[in-house]
Amino acid sequence: MPVAKDDLERMLKESFPDATVRIDDLAGDGDHYRAVIVSEAFRGKSRIQQHQMVYAALGGRMGGELHALALSTSAPAS
Amino acid sequence: MSDINQTIRTQVTSDPVVLYMKGTPVFPMCGFSAAVVQILSQTGVKFQTYNVLDDAELRQGLKEFSNWPTFPQLYVDGELVGGCDIVREMYQSGELAQLFEEKAVAKAS
Repeated sequence: MPVAKDDLERMLKESFPDATVRIDDLAGDGDHYRAVIVSEAFRGKSRIQQHQMVYAALGGRMGGELHALALSTSAPAS
Repeated sequence: MSDINQTIRTQVTSDPVVLYMKGTPVFPMCGFSAAVVQILSQTGVKFQTYNVLDDAELRQGLKEFSNWPTFPQLYVDGELVGGCDIVREMYQSGELAQLFEEKAVAKAS
């Protein structure tokens, strides 16, 4: 069962309350999104750690219900 | 350590560059896997691939081993570098070539 864009945004905002989140639906099928997330939580973390934090926020849906999520994560410009 | 973890540890330390992908370099079964194969080919390094579609236990074991839920997964010198997004970002910024140089990764003959 694909993930709705609003659900995806809600899940991310719950885990990253300070974040600015932009989500693009790449295919219109609820399965292929791009997410650009800027949050203080990413400061000092490697790219891998940042992406792992996002996958954790999605509660195991990544790779299952959600096939593809192109990720761009960063901390706010200091 | 479970068998599958031991298998993975052996695989990622037997070759400097290891790519777990869906399909094979000649017949990639997923666009993201194909993209990383193309990037690795363009950098000219020698790399070993494993087709996770051939082995469900390997596929599941890798997700836990690396705490990374998707494929492809690129390992350099036994360490997870990332999936398609990260490898593409590193390639475009030159970080990937720098990493291969730092690890003295051999070029494909």
